[in-house]
Amino acid sequence: MTAPRDKLGRPVVVVTGMGIMTSLGAGKAENWSKLVAGESGIRTITRFPVDGLKTTMAGTVDFVSVDPFSSTGLSERMAELVTEEALEQAGIGAKGDFPGPLFLAVAPVEVEWPQRRELGRTVGAPDFTYDDLLRISGGGKFSAYHHRFMFGSVAAHLAETFGTKGSPISLSTACASGATSIQLGVEAIRRGETDAALCVATDGTVNPEALVRFSLLSALSTQNDPPQAASRPFSKNRDGFVMAEGAGALVLESYEAALARGAKILGVIAGCGELTDSFHRTRSSPDGKPIIGCMNKTLADAGMTPDQIDHINAHGTATPENDKMEFNTTSAVFGDLAQKIPVTSNKSMVGHTISAAGAVEAIFSLLTLEHQRIPPTINYETPDPTILFNVVGNKARDARVTAVMSNSFGFGGQNASLILTREPA
Amino acid sequence: MTDTVSKPGQTEVWITGIGLATSLGEGLDANWAALQEKRINVDETGFAPFIVHPLLPVSFDSQIPKKGDQRQMEAWQRIGVYAAGLALDSAGIKGNKDILSKIDMVVAAGGGERDLNVDTGVLNAEARGANAPGFLNERLMSDLRPTLFLAQLSNLLAGNIAIVNGLGGTSRTFMGEEVAGADALRIALSRIASGESDIALVGGSHNGERKDLLVLYEFGDFNLKDKFAPVWARKDHPGFALGSAGAFLVLESKAHAEARGAKPYAKLSSVVTDLARRKQSGDMEATLEKLWDKLPKRAGKGAIISGASGAEPATSEERDFLKKHTDFPVRATGTMFGHTMETQFPLGIALAALSISRGALFPPNDSTGTEIEMQGAPTQIVVVGAGHWRGEGMALVEAVD
Repeated sequence: MTAPRDKLGRPVVVVTGMGIMTSLGAGKAENWSKLVAGESGIRTITRFPVDGLKTTMAGTVDFVSVDPFSSTGLSERMAELVTEEALEQAGIGAKGDFPGPLFLAVAPVEVEWPQRRELGRTVGAPDFTYDDLLRISGGGKFSAYHHRFMFGSVAAHLAETFGTKGSPISLSTACASGATSIQLGVEAIRRGETDAALCVATDGTVNPEALVRFSLLSALSTQNDPPQAASRPFSKNRDGFVMAEGAGALVLESYEAALARGAKILGVIAGCGELTDSFHRTRSSPDGKPIIGCMNKTLADAGMTPDQIDHINAHGTATPENDKMEFNTTSAVFGDLAQKIPVTSNKSMVGHTISAAGAVEAIFSLLTLEHQRIPPTINYETPDPTILFNVVGNKARDARVTAVMSNSFGFGGQNASLILTREPA
Repeated sequence: MTDTVSKPGQTEVWITGIGLATSLGEGLDANWAALQEKRINVDETGFAPFIVHPLLPVSFDSQIPKKGDQRQMEAWQRIGVYAAGLALDSAGIKGNKDILSKIDMVVAAGGGERDLNVDTGVLNAEARGANAPGFLNERLMSDLRPTLFLAQLSNLLAGNIAIVNGLGGTSRTFMGEEVAGADALRIALSRIASGESDIALVGGSHNGERKDLLVLYEFGDFNLKDKFAPVWARKDHPGFALGSAGAFLVLESKAHAEARGAKPYAKLSSVVTDLARRKQSGDMEATLEKLWDKLPKRAGKGAIISGASGAEPATSEERDFLKKHTDFPVRATGTMFGHTMETQFPLGIALAALSISRGALFPPNDSTGTEIEMQGAPTQIVVVGAGHWRGEGMALVEAVD
């Protein structure tokens, strides 16, 4: 048996439970089989009218019902379902009694249009002002809206349902949020504050205003027809990301605690790293230094060298800037290996699950390690000649995979990377 | 299990920088002077019948020199970036590239100042019969400012602080109303105490002068209406008055501070947080009592700075808790600064550190007798932060030996 501490003398952090949901379906089995088959979950939006929108497709999760519907309600329900799956696999604690804290990556919460329209209807006659809306908001008629639209409401619900310990943390680091939730869990275990942590990331925010917001920033693909072909990471004709919904949950434990209770080890979070880019609100520093630093910090945290990484699960959003920047920065860190290591972007099939992406893709990376098979990057018909990644194009590839780097980069200069391995080193 | 208490062998964590921009003024001297004079700045007419504590205007140029940067932010972000800049100044690290390139940041944030004209425009058009399927889409596509989204995103407060000041360490944004501020401090403290980090910028900001926030809290009838009263005197007329404030702290390991010759205002000894179920009366009080017991033993001259908001039943439960600890003089920041949500806990820590460094607790400002005079210099101040709906936090700030 290997020592339960890593090269830096810290407790090794292992994964003992995982739950996932994307536009491809619910659960690990369904997601994995569709992922390696190269299926796309992107479809034309039916949840609301798309007239007048430049982008009319997304990776929505339409098979989960929430009543009354809200994006926050969908985020909460998905988080609940993936947590149930992860806890069932981990077999840890007792029902409603998880022995550790909750770290939740969740999209910023706000009052949504269906509820705002309800206020408008309550005022009734037109030519009202915002003060008129304010006047009818009190008195208890809308008290459920208060609870629903508190930022902490999703975490509070999960904490109460699953009996996590202490104050649950709701966090946002934009598109890196899922990775940050895992990082917070890893740190808490390494500090010895807890033997277990529940890390959950969820995003159900495909709604008209969210789509318009990204559209106005020219971040979204407009290749609506066919929707399955819209997300084209590393392709010459990529034109933006595709918004998507999903959730992922991971049960993290110290290796020692997991061994002691005889839990099945699904993988190891060998390293995490994070580095802020102060260049611009939505663009990376042109020299790529913050991303390069982030990857290097992650390698150092794992006590590994680039040649020990044999697969990269890329951020790969399919925006013109991201994919190019990701290749350049990966080359700076990995040298020639950047053109040899197999690289894939799950976003080609499930879209960009925004706040959930870091956790969703960490889970796909762990499944890659388990199955020794790399899911494809679909829609890879016209490779970008300036991006010389060894892209696992269109068809899944069997490969010997021992360590995966998973990258997440977000608005606000957020960069986070994870290194996942199969066995404790 | 998820508490942060300095353990033997762990490093001491000092508060070496404080930045405040509030309804009482900017900087430590102005806020301290206002507290001595028991000044309160409320607007009872601009949002009537609601009462808010408006930001005392500041010259944003001094901390956010580029107008282009200011234009990319909404008020809540400008207030925060301003206060964060003051904290870096106060710690003596403004412009220090070596330190700023590695400083860790934990920010407690809400988000989303809405464009009220767009919202009322859409709703009025619908009330007049606009019901084409794509009506909302088309209006939003044409009426929303493209950069408004970035002024609404929670993590863009941290993003803007990084851009304006050139920060290059880690950046994490916690959400979740009041307790997010306590958890931000808890995580930053635990990372420094364990050696994961040397120095961190922690805090939050809030713009209380927002009708969209008044709507949100009015859903739960939480807003104070008609007449201002100190927090403890609102029992029969409960509610909080939203306040505008930015409060940031520089936390630093003792060794890191000493190496650069930085002086501490105080040390942050412990931050503990929890989530009471609040299903029954007394749940929250019991949780506060539990947190109180988790703090390191107190032997010095103590006081309590409370973030009680005036909303019920949370304020009454907190008062029941305080009644069991009457040997600690109490001050409620909500009376003087309003309720600043995610910022209230960092604000409490800032005022605790300031009181310790100035050798006196600021005077009471209360008509009910809950707050009493304190003689002599406090050496230990417990900061209490209980959310109006969920979340409880507590911290111990102490004089450095």
